[in-house]
Amino acid sequence: MSGAATGPLTGSGARLRRGAVSLQSISKSFGAQNVLKQISLDIASGEFLTILGPSGCGKSTLLRIIAGLETQDWGTVSIDGQVVDHLRPAARIIAMVFQSYALYPHLSVLDNISMPLRLSRLNMLQRLPGARYLHPGTRRAEGEIKEAARAVAGILRIEELLARKPRQLSGGQKQRVALGRAMVREPRVFLMDEPLSNLDAELRVHMRAEIAQLHRRLATTFIYVTHDQAEAMTMSDRIVVMMEGTALQVAPPKEIYENPNDLSVARFVGSPAINVLPGTIESDGSIDVLGARLRLRTTLPAGARVDIAARPHVLSATAHTDAPTVTGRVVHVENLGADIFVHVGVEGAPAPVVMRHDPALALTPSLGDQLTMVLPPARVLVFDDRGRRVSASSDASVEQHAHV
Amino acid sequence: MSRDASQPVTGVAGVPSRRHGHRAVAAVLAGPALVLIVLFLIGPLACVALLSLTDYQLGAATLNYVGGKNYAEMFSDRVFQKSLTNTLLYVAITVPGSVLLGLGAALLIEADRGLRTFYRAIYFLPVMATLIAMSIVWEFMLHPQFGIVNQLVKALGLSRIDWLQNQSVVLFTLCGIGIWQSLGFNMVLFMAGLTSIPKDLYEAAAVDGANSAIDRFRLVTWPMLGPVTLFVVVITAIRSFQVFDTVQVLTKGGPNKASEVLLYTMYSEGFEFFRSGYASAVTVVFLVFVLALSALKVFVLDKRVHYA
Amino acid sequence: MTGNRLGPFARILRHVVLMTLAVVIVAPFVWMVLCSFKTQSEILSAEIRIIPHTWAAVENYTAALTRVPMLRFLLNGVIVTLVIFLLQVLVNLPAAYALAKLRFRGRSAFLGLVLLCLLIPVHATAIPTYIMFYKAGLLNTYASLILPFTISVFGIFLMRQFFMTVPDDLIDAARVDGMSEIGIVWRVMLPTAVPALVAFGIFSVVAHWNDYFWPLIVVADQALYTPPLGVAFFRLNDQGTSYGPLMAAATISIAPLVIAFLLAQRRFIEGITLTGMKA
Repeated sequence: MSGAATGPLTGSGARLRRGAVSLQSISKSFGAQNVLKQISLDIASGEFLTILGPSGCGKSTLLRIIAGLETQDWGTVSIDGQVVDHLRPAARIIAMVFQSYALYPHLSVLDNISMPLRLSRLNMLQRLPGARYLHPGTRRAEGEIKEAARAVAGILRIEELLARKPRQLSGGQKQRVALGRAMVREPRVFLMDEPLSNLDAELRVHMRAEIAQLHRRLATTFIYVTHDQAEAMTMSDRIVVMMEGTALQVAPPKEIYENPNDLSVARFVGSPAINVLPGTIESDGSIDVLGARLRLRTTLPAGARVDIAARPHVLSATAHTDAPTVTGRVVHVENLGADIFVHVGVEGAPAPVVMRHDPALALTPSLGDQLTMVLPPARVLVFDDRGRRVSASSDASVEQHAHV
Repeated sequence: MSRDASQPVTGVAGVPSRRHGHRAVAAVLAGPALVLIVLFLIGPLACVALLSLTDYQLGAATLNYVGGKNYAEMFSDRVFQKSLTNTLLYVAITVPGSVLLGLGAALLIEADRGLRTFYRAIYFLPVMATLIAMSIVWEFMLHPQFGIVNQLVKALGLSRIDWLQNQSVVLFTLCGIGIWQSLGFNMVLFMAGLTSIPKDLYEAAAVDGANSAIDRFRLVTWPMLGPVTLFVVVITAIRSFQVFDTVQVLTKGGPNKASEVLLYTMYSEGFEFFRSGYASAVTVVFLVFVLALSALKVFVLDKRVHYA
Repeated sequence: MTGNRLGPFARILRHVVLMTLAVVIVAPFVWMVLCSFKTQSEILSAEIRIIPHTWAAVENYTAALTRVPMLRFLLNGVIVTLVIFLLQVLVNLPAAYALAKLRFRGRSAFLGLVLLCLLIPVHATAIPTYIMFYKAGLLNTYASLILPFTISVFGIFLMRQFFMTVPDDLIDAARVDGMSEIGIVWRVMLPTAVPALVAFGIFSVVAHWNDYFWPLIVVADQALYTPPLGVAFFRLNDQGTSYGPLMAAATISIAPLVIAFLLAQRRFIEGITLTGMKA
């Protein structure tokens, strides 16, 4: 089972490192529709990688290609340095947790968890009912399998459910059984396809923590597909943001949030969504945003159109300042307790600008108020007209000049 | 790790192609069924059409193409004419009888709780029971001298009727047995249709002021059951066209061809006189009627009937 | 339409109408069983007597079982219906799975063929099939009774409809677990399809236990008679001379299905309704 796990990632310690996945130019189309466009990705052994994207972006297809349930049109999938394109799912030594859990409805929890081991360790004759009474070797193997299944059930704290059928379980219990079935075969890689989306909100938060703990405990590669940014942000070592079949950015959660390389990524991650305002490069190189002048240096020529994006918590209200500001009327106030989000209708902005307001501050803006907000140049993000991130450095000389 | 990844997967040497999905597996799984479909359904169907154009007789060494001769002979044959009109008459009587009684039984049984399961079981019993055995029981009950039916008729002061030997009565007797046998089947189909009517429609109707059972029937039950009724009519017609068991065992098409029906004609020509070509022509006529009804069901009704 | 919603008058009227029709419907069964207990002279007597005057049950049933090999007929019925059903499952379940869950070229053509064949009534193929068995020398065998029914396009259609509702995830999970496609058919699809399979099984067993047309054509040897042929044969043999034993034979031949029906009424009615609506 460990024979495949040789390669550059074999760890320095005594423990064999395995589960490094490498995708090379994976492409896939269904009919005329290109679902995946040249996806290349290297996933390190033991990493928790989340593929995040809206529904229909190709993230599940990519996962199914890694699993061997779908065949790519182009490109290769390798696990631990070995090309696995020709291998059936079971031969790839991976495990998958499905959105609907996919438990065998006619089998008990114990049998569900045991199934992958029964299929890999027992031959067809041994799996026949009653074989254990005729053949001591089968009896021993069955005993070992049951032992392994019980051990997994112990880790997941579902020992008392082993005799039940799936229909007698709650959603969270089914989820644990599905995890158990994945764990029991000690896979090189866990593949999870929206495993929490059928749970209610509270349980989802709880299972999020459990899966993260499980990952730390098993130290195995997890590839996790979701459309829920909270899941991606809280559990992952790295996130792949996918849109329309393309991997837009691969980076740790903090980086994805603070430093998105594409406007789509910036818009998709973060709640409430990032504010996007139209801007133009002026002749002196600074950026004009609805009358505010951001003293930033970019490589773009004068006259180029750009989009300026600022997260709600970056904005702040002010009475009078030298810093660039935008002004508008408060159209809506959302009080979430720990945060207050103020929606401000700014003339020229495509949508109301959302600003986080600290409830600790004395004056909470109310509906209809005139509000002036500071756009701190160092903290806004600049994107070109194709949505690509443009590096922008604050121009010290310009700024100094303004202060004098 | 090779960077030369821009090849199609199928191009990798020695890698079995899985691009065509599950072709080999599908051949293994569906192959036997496909072979049997050709052997026992499509093949024979084509053969019937072809045989009907020949003079083939079972056991004969040769067969000749005779064009439409079988059909010409058939349509000028008094027995066939009788057979066709009898069959149509049988369908025309059995279908409304069986459908209306089935509908009435379903509505009445579902209208209240009392003895519901009991009635349903009793009415359904003839559907389960071997028709041949029950035909023989009916023959015994309809016996001209000591049959219970005639004893009752006599007790009522009427004269005995020779149910199965009287030319003008026999077909109606067979219709009666047909209705008796099939009404329970229609009843359960209607019951399924009734249970698929959303309960809140009745509640909405009650709120709208439909208080009597007749109002509820007109406002909710009938419009919802209409498509089911059409469906039941068509499948009862298809089944009625296939009347054979009662005729074969009780009357042999007699007396004087008064109960001759299409399948019995086909049976006696094909399997008693072994005139396979001619019997095939009869089969084709039978098939035309059944296929027309089936097509009606598949292409018109199945789209309109919705079972939850 | 649940609950007691009728007034007292309507309730009584409902029972009067339903009970009257019920008496007519059940009369042949009651009369058959009663007469199977009566002596020949009592049956032939002019007066109507419901309950037997002298009991002849033992004589009649003994005659029914010994004058013709009735038990043999019943055994044949069991063999033929069960083997037909088992082969139908073996042939049609994998095909239904392939149609519902596998992607392959020609799938829609195959489905079209199945739907087309649904329209063909069994009687239409009788002549060529008979000729085929005649040429193959298979007339008068169990094979001729069973083989034409091993293919059931209706079974394929019904099971395909059911399999369509099985989530794809379950099948993918089985593949990841290491099951082959054939393993999936028997170890995953079959157990999940038990309700649909029971319905189809009831439909199939009822249809073939009661079938008269095809056995009548292909079987001449008494040793191969199924119950319907057996009863018809009994009647021909003993016509007019012994109604008691004849009614006993009829009772015996319908008893297995009727008893099964009375024991599992709901399943039978559901099965026949489901198959009736799809057929």
